[in-house]
Amino acid sequence: MCTVCGCGNDEPRIEGHHHHGHHVHEGHHHTHADPHGGGLAAVHLAGLDPERIVQVERDILSLNDAHAAANRARLAAQGIFALNLVSSPGSGKTTLLARTVADLKARRAIAVIEGDQQTVLDADRIRETGVPAIQVNTGKGCHLDAHMVGHALDGLGLEAGGLLFIENVGNLVCPAAFDLGEAHKAVILSVTEGADKPLKYPDMFAAADVMVINKIDLLPYVDFDVDRCVEYARRIRPDMEVVRTSATTGQGLADWYAWITARRDAFLAAAWPGRRSGSR
Amino acid sequence: MHEMSLIEGVLRILADEARRQNFDRVTKVWLEVGVLSHAEPEALAFCFDAATRGTLAEGAMLEVIRTAGKAWCARCSENVPVRNRYDACPRCGGYQLQVVEGDELRVKELEVV
Repeated sequence: MCTVCGCGNDEPRIEGHHHHGHHVHEGHHHTHADPHGGGLAAVHLAGLDPERIVQVERDILSLNDAHAAANRARLAAQGIFALNLVSSPGSGKTTLLARTVADLKARRAIAVIEGDQQTVLDADRIRETGVPAIQVNTGKGCHLDAHMVGHALDGLGLEAGGLLFIENVGNLVCPAAFDLGEAHKAVILSVTEGADKPLKYPDMFAAADVMVINKIDLLPYVDFDVDRCVEYARRIRPDMEVVRTSATTGQGLADWYAWITARRDAFLAAAWPGRRSGSR
Repeated sequence: MHEMSLIEGVLRILADEARRQNFDRVTKVWLEVGVLSHAEPEALAFCFDAATRGTLAEGAMLEVIRTAGKAWCARCSENVPVRNRYDACPRCGGYQLQVVEGDELRVKELEVV
């Protein structure tokens, strides 16, 4: 049961099945202005339902943000350090994650929330490493939201002080908008993609705190300028941290784990002031 | 396309405001959508029409108010206008910019019955 929404877990997912919406500024039937007195104008007498303007001034994402704040408070109370991994499809995100949890699981408790439109393939891949994983299928949805993550947390039972990885739907656009309650977003970009992606998808790179440049073992075979990519990312996010990895050869993974450890220590110092934050 | 989710958020706000401010129907919605926000006004309009059917905002007009982008330049120590997240500071040409305005996504006001 969701403590924020009180929902029953099976509420329908948002699905974009509409197919003939028209532009809002053209041809809207304004029912009570019918000059012939037909239709609703005959029912709603003029003067009985005068239009008025009401002030609202509310952020559209306020509900998601409330769920995210609840997740964040819950994670902080339990000292669980959460990363939201975002990338386009095919960046090697799941390979990097499977390798990461396999390498770090001896040090501390880890759990994974996998987001994909369909299939449980990625959660299966993570579970093969011996780490608990929950798959969230978004259906037609293009991103995880904080409400889904809250429910996934209910089912994970990750112990206090653990590490939580949330692998978002492969998409460099939509997940940028939805805070999940994570400590940091990590954006993963592989060298088989364009070095100009930070400029093409600026919202995502603005939202991320670290950029992982993956598949660096392939650099000799591709035309990818790492320095230019980093420069572009820092145009969007001047303090962007950068880690270079190859999830298949293991190159640079020590830097990635060092980044996680440093950020987790900083998170725990804030979440659990005065408590020992060392590994279990 | 996350605009559908955003419009679902708008509808929840409308339903909530209908209770708080005591109205039955919405005939016009003003949304503030900053030029640096992650939403596309055309896509919002498309989703708005589809998602409002059968709701208190069916047939309502959508007015999108575009707000300009503004960023704090750490080198110039002042706010400067920007049109895109990847823009350089128009004064110094640097990229030490922090967006301070223009990423809004807000329900501003409603015309209701």
